Amino acid sequence: MRWPLLLLALLVLGILPLFLPWLGFVFTLALAKGLAALGIALLLRAGLVSFGHGLFFGAGAYAVAFALREPGRGSQEATLLLLLALVVGLVLGFLVGLFVSRYRGIFFAMLNLAFSMVFFALLAKFYHWTGGTDGLRVPTPTVMGLVLERNVFGEVLFYASLALVIGLSLLLHTFLETPVGKALGAIQTNEVRLEYLGIPVQRVILLTYLLSAGLAGLGGGLTALAVGHVVPELAYWVASGEFVYIAILGGIGAVPGPLLGALVYELIRTFAFKYLAYSWQLLLGTTMLLVIFFAPGGIWMLLGERRQRVASK
Amino acid sequence: MNPLLALFDGLVYGSLLFLVAVGLTLVFGVLRILNVAHGSFYALGAYTAVILGLWAERALGSGWLSFPALLLAPVLVGGILGPLIERLVLRWAYVRPEVLQLLITFSLFLVLEDLQKLVFGVQPYFLDRPLQLLGAVEIGGVPYTRYQFLLVLVALLVLFGLRFLLRATPMGKILVAVVADREMAQALGVNVGRVYAVAFSLGVGLAALGGALASPTVTIAPGLGAEVIVLSFAVVAVGGLGQVEGAALGALLIGLGRSLAVYWLPELDVLVPYLVMVLVLLFRPVGLFGTVEVRRL
Repeated sequence: MRWPLLLLALLVLGILPLFLPWLGFVFTLALAKGLAALGIALLLRAGLVSFGHGLFFGAGAYAVAFALREPGRGSQEATLLLLLALVVGLVLGFLVGLFVSRYRGIFFAMLNLAFSMVFFALLAKFYHWTGGTDGLRVPTPTVMGLVLERNVFGEVLFYASLALVIGLSLLLHTFLETPVGKALGAIQTNEVRLEYLGIPVQRVILLTYLLSAGLAGLGGGLTALAVGHVVPELAYWVASGEFVYIAILGGIGAVPGPLLGALVYELIRTFAFKYLAYSWQLLLGTTMLLVIFFAPGGIWMLLGERRQRVASK
Repeated sequence: MNPLLALFDGLVYGSLLFLVAVGLTLVFGVLRILNVAHGSFYALGAYTAVILGLWAERALGSGWLSFPALLLAPVLVGGILGPLIERLVLRWAYVRPEVLQLLITFSLFLVLEDLQKLVFGVQPYFLDRPLQLLGAVEIGGVPYTRYQFLLVLVALLVLFGLRFLLRATPMGKILVAVVADREMAQALGVNVGRVYAVAFSLGVGLAALGGALASPTVTIAPGLGAEVIVLSFAVVAVGGLGQVEGAALGALLIGLGRSLAVYWLPELDVLVPYLVMVLVLLFRPVGLFGTVEVRRL
């Protein structure tokens, strides 16, 4: 029941923007945030929560902006730019991961926060390179060598990211079935026992951290291309909190959860922002409290529970 | 540049950080919840103090009345919002995993952030009467406002007051007992729920006190709470979670570090708090005063 529903959702997702182009933009942003939230969900499986993935999200976005800034030197090709964002996320994730993978619980969360705030402060401070708090403009890149108009590029980007997200979801789903993926859940229950069994916990966490950072970097790159502008707020801790929010809202039990969460989040945000300028966070906060207290498995579990209830009738 | 000025700035900045961070650490020590919404109480304290202070000045005609307003604001915020939020939201968070507790307080942060905008609007507020009324004093050739020295005094008072409260009063002893062993305290007849509510309200009040006392020296505008909370995290992590003296030392280190950076490395001043935190955690993963938790099989 859950999977056919998902297929239906994918179809709607793919077709609706053909009729409502602005929805394609909202969906692209949702997919980008969904990627970052997927990364967070990986870590959450191991019981680790990062309030600092804005660092990788922002780094991916700024990498794209920097590459596009100088027409002569940097690459103009969208696919290469996204690859760059991914690599920047992976490399940064490896470096930061070497340090934070030694910590657990609150300290893990706070160290991540500290690193992202350092990055945020650097972005805001070094005006000559980063444009300070005004950020940088991201010109429209070429796609497979073709120069596209802005609105056409937006549509192409949406379908490309949809395909990308589907592909990555399948890969991640496979990853979670491997011994390393299975070890993540075990780390949360009891880490010491895992060490006794000979599983290198630190390395598993480092690998997962790296993957999650890569996903966030890619999401940041997508956001930069979709919005056409990057600002330091992409790396602010509130943005990092959003990713955790999305992961829990959707549910971390399966790969589609965080993506679903991102769609719901982005839709609530768009409409609430339009009609209730000063209370969209109020709405989001209240929604989250209700989800945590009444549906702790997130939307994904909610869909599954309904199936069970129907079956037992 | 006069190093004395850097020293004063660091002390004052550290004092304000201490007031906020000690509330955060107190709440964590007792409730075992890291309150992401703590910064919002700082902001609410600042807004309440400014509104009360401006009203007192206009309606009652004396600028001196803004001083009691600065002290009344944290009592109001801590006394009303503290028990309310503990009862309505946090009470349901105690049994949940750490990850969800963080997210619950993050949601609370989102809610409070918007409530603050709805109540006080988005325009900036200023209240500089207390600063002007007390005037300046010259020490070692450096002119400095008396009000800011008063802040250091208040921070010291709070530090020693809290130490006294925790060590010498029955209430404090009950608090310490609950921190040490919650179940045993409950078995001995302590009303743990009430202790939690009191500790949380006290923490909220301290955050609001920090905000209220900072209000004459900063511009009050949206985003205030979000900025303060990450700094308090750094202070608390440096000092060790749940440690009152640790928060004092952490605030002092970060305060002085930042003010020195402002004078000698202005590009890096905003980075210093986080660099101090990362450095300390690199060598002492539980913070300076933190205790190592035993890993269980």
